[in-house]
Amino acid sequence: MKVVYTDVLVIGGGLAGLRMAIAAKRRGHDAVILSLVPPKRSHSKAAQGGMQASLGNVIKGQGDNEDVHFEDTVRGSDWGADQAVVRMFVNTAPKAVRELAAWGVPWSRVRRGDRTVIINGQKVTITERDEAHGLMAQRDFGGTKKWRTCYVSDGTGHAMLQAVGDQAIGSGIPVHERAEALALIHDGGRCYGAVVRDLIDGELTAYVAKATAIATGGAGRLYRVTTNAVICEGIGHALALESGAAALGNMEAVQFHPTGIFPAGILVTEGCRGDGGLLKDVDGHRFMPDYEPEKKELASRDVVSRRMEEHIRKGKGVGSRFGDHLWLDITLLGEKHIKTNLREVFEICHHFLGIDPTKDLVAVRPAQHYTMGGVRTKPTGESPTLKGLFAAGEAACWDMHGFNRLGGNSVAETVVAGMIVGEFIADFCDDPGNEFNLPTGLVREFVEREQAKLDALVASRGTEDASALKARMQEIMTAKVGIFRTGRDLEEAVAELQQLLARSRNIGLRTPSPGPNPELVTAYRVQKMLKLALTVAYGALTRTESRGAHFREDHPRRDDAQWLKRTLATWRDGASLPELNYEPLDIAKMELPPGWRGYGAKDYVDHPDTPRRQAEVDALKTQYAGDRFALQRALLPYDDLLPARLRGRNERIDEPFGGTGRAA
Amino acid sequence: MSMFRPTATHKVIPLVPADGAQPGNGGRIRVHAMRYNPRDPGNAPRLQTYELEQAEGMTLFIALSEIREKQDPSLQFDFVCRAGICGSCAMVINGRPGLACRTLTKAVGPDITLLPLPGFELIGDLSVNTGKWMRAMSERLEAWVHMKEAELDLTRIEARMEPELAEQIYELDRCIECGCCVAGCGTVRMREAFVGAVGLNKIARFRLDPRDTRDDDDFYELVGDDDGVFGCMSLLGCHDVCPKQLPLATQIAFVRRKMAAVGFR
Ligand SMILES: Cc1cc2nc3c(=O)[nH]c(=O)nc-3n(C[C@H](O)[C@H](O)[C@H](O)COP(=O)(O)OP(=O)(O)OC[C@H]3O[C@@H](n4cnc5c(N)ncnc54)[C@H](O)[C@@H]3O)c2cc1C
Ligand code: SF4
Ligand code: SF4
Ligand code: FES
Repeated sequence: MKVVYTDVLVIGGGLAGLRMAIAAKRRGHDAVILSLVPPKRSHSKAAQGGMQASLGNVIKGQGDNEDVHFEDTVRGSDWGADQAVVRMFVNTAPKAVRELAAWGVPWSRVRRGDRTVIINGQKVTITERDEAHGLMAQRDFGGTKKWRTCYVSDGTGHAMLQAVGDQAIGSGIPVHERAEALALIHDGGRCYGAVVRDLIDGELTAYVAKATAIATGGAGRLYRVTTNAVICEGIGHALALESGAAALGNMEAVQFHPTGIFPAGILVTEGCRGDGGLLKDVDGHRFMPDYEPEKKELASRDVVSRRMEEHIRKGKGVGSRFGDHLWLDITLLGEKHIKTNLREVFEICHHFLGIDPTKDLVAVRPAQHYTMGGVRTKPTGESPTLKGLFAAGEAACWDMHGFNRLGGNSVAETVVAGMIVGEFIADFCDDPGNEFNLPTGLVREFVEREQAKLDALVASRGTEDASALKARMQEIMTAKVGIFRTGRDLEEAVAELQQLLARSRNIGLRTPSPGPNPELVTAYRVQKMLKLALTVAYGALTRTESRGAHFREDHPRRDDAQWLKRTLATWRDGASLPELNYEPLDIAKMELPPGWRGYGAKDYVDHPDTPRRQAEVDALKTQYAGDRFALQRALLPYDDLLPARLRGRNERIDEPFGGTGRAA
Repeated sequence: MSMFRPTATHKVIPLVPADGAQPGNGGRIRVHAMRYNPRDPGNAPRLQTYELEQAEGMTLFIALSEIREKQDPSLQFDFVCRAGICGSCAMVINGRPGLACRTLTKAVGPDITLLPLPGFELIGDLSVNTGKWMRAMSERLEAWVHMKEAELDLTRIEARMEPELAEQIYELDRCIECGCCVAGCGTVRMREAFVGAVGLNKIARFRLDPRDTRDDDDFYELVGDDDGVFGCMSLLGCHDVCPKQLPLATQIAFVRRKMAAVGFR
């Protein structure tokens, strides 16, 4: 039996995993990163539009700060987020983006003077300040009050991953590429590492670590139509779920992005609309203002996606042999803008649609995009129920996104959580109380169990085809657990997914070879993915309200009285459904009590505690008027939740520190 | 356009389909893919032909995925983003290195010959280990920003940079480490340790970046030899095949001039 020992095992080499490993390494702990693919090919690479951080450099971002970012994020989440975690996040995002600037990310910069932009379909001239010249620029994004999204043309994720990946190489952190974690090694209360399969030769190795972190990204491939990369299959989520000890939070919260190109589902960034692009229907009519007069194309993603589908249902879609779609019109932005700031979009339209977006309309329809749910953690990033297991990034439910995440908040989360959770992992490793004496029998038992499962698949004379099961699962998820959900559809989905899960125990391989066999990979993954799909569908069936991206046509209102709580799913070995529990969100501790989001539906069922908390908040606002920092501390203290080195205010043009440095 | 030349890293095999399939016939395409498992000594490289119906907008990603799902679940290849962004899927398509995911079958069919990218360790069939090569190159060239201070004060306003400079750096930073330039390079065939256009472009990128403290003497230490910029024969096989259209020709020439200047001192 091969065993690798390390202090920190990071499963996942995207932005979140790399940044966590760097943090741990800089504190003197050895880290090993596992990745299915070379880390710079992780899906973080595909983020185009940008990263939110309230720098307030551009004139349209003037007045932005942590408070505004906080409110936008909580409203975006439809009050599903943990507000203390959102505070930790918004205060660290400016630090994270500035660190990345120092690491070499070529953030697009502000140029002083006049420039023409498109706002609400009109050309408008805005004037950038002299004192902002050369600082990082921000663009507009959905669901934000200020222009806050820092960007590198439309290759933001690419440039970020490049810089963070390079720093990881510079820090000498080994990445074991083409390695797949198959199971966590644990005793029900403490995690000791993972059983890992080498995707080149098929061999299993046990990785034993003081701290194990899941940073495996999203699970978009549960769906047929998704913007996610083909490796975003949720295997990291499944590792936690199959442990039986760690819980997954809010898996029913699945985001659909308004502008997947039709029919392939490849994303064109929200920056298209942020920069002034419009959505149009079969008649060439710009329909979003009819539905959302305030935010129009730039309401949050869940809202825009639903409005688009609603418009298609009214017969206003554009017919094609693959079904109906709508148009994205960016021609009004002009060729120069498109070829510099939306270059990736230009290339995608050119290569995949054979069109020129400076002249032609782009066929789009909403596609699965983001997994809000994930491994439930405390604010430190550690699982509350499985000691030594941490999670960060899209795979985690840290929970700053609640039921809908804002564009630009995800790559921001990866690096912010990477920094914060990385520090807590280092603290965890420093603590002598966390040393362990691992019985080798346990490691052997886990490796043997995984080997036996693989051997059984290879030897099986089963009649089921793994690819066919996967395709059927993806079909069900897209058709019945999508943007509009009903109890009846969800019941059918759950029932059929259960059948698929049972059938997946009877998979037979056409090429039964044990080595680097892609069919074997599909086979063991689909068994895990089906459990995850069931967790999504069953959670959605059970949640009889609509919140953020989770929309029930038969329960169209947000119901704070019943459902202001987080779904926690665990899976018992051999079960055919997850066990669901709920974790209430405490209104008494909210800085922003539940209310209307500022876009989308206005009717919701209030929680009985909301008026009381709202009155407290209002009183504090009067008491501390004029001092936003004191007010914030009175509303929701969070500073002690942050690692010491990441505390502190953020300097801005309009909030200078003066010559002496760091403010309190 | 330069023609692709196979390298010594894997066996040269004929570019014509082994089974002599005829071109033509409307909606059908034939994919002739190299099959070879280097861990199985008894097995020699060969082309295997798969025939399938061409769908509208079909890319090689879609075609190969369909082959794996419906015809041959053992065929190995690498796709991740399937959107031309991550650099995973470079292979030799009808004799020319390119990204398979953004190649439309109708642009290269009806007979499409696919070979793994030469210059890299073969994992199996169309899958090569570009990740390992790129990591080794990055370590050798210390391809990361070498910062002034170890600990930054992250609470302060960021250092300024001219917008044009940021754009110039991004222009070079757009490399997706796909390996096409390495596959198209004659020097790589003769010098295994040659850093390739991808490596020289990285040097150009970090040279441009004011946040990197290194100067030309430092860069000379890294690339001032025949495995670096002086090994390059300027045949520009790299330039024509870069899917991101990086300005490799000008950048290589530029780095060479700067390094030569250091060498003469
Ligand atoms: C097309 C697209 C565009 C986007 N644009 C934006 C944007 O503009 N702004 C924004 O904020 N967000 C954007 N997002 C979202 C954002 O990019 C992702 O949420 C984020 O990058 C995820 O980062 P991560 O580090 O959590 O995971 P990833 O980058 O997905 O990395 C996951 C890692 O885990 C590894 N892995 C997975 N499973 C295993 C396993 N079992 N064993 C070992 N390793 C494993 C993978 O190899 C990979 O290295 C976009 C997403 C998409 C799909
Ligand atoms: S110009 Fe240099 S790097 Fe490019 S192909 Fe020729 S020898 Fe290789
Ligand atoms: S320089 Fe171009 S061809 Fe070479 S690795 Fe980078 S993107 Fe690929
Ligand atoms: S799969 Fe990412 S570039 Fe082709």
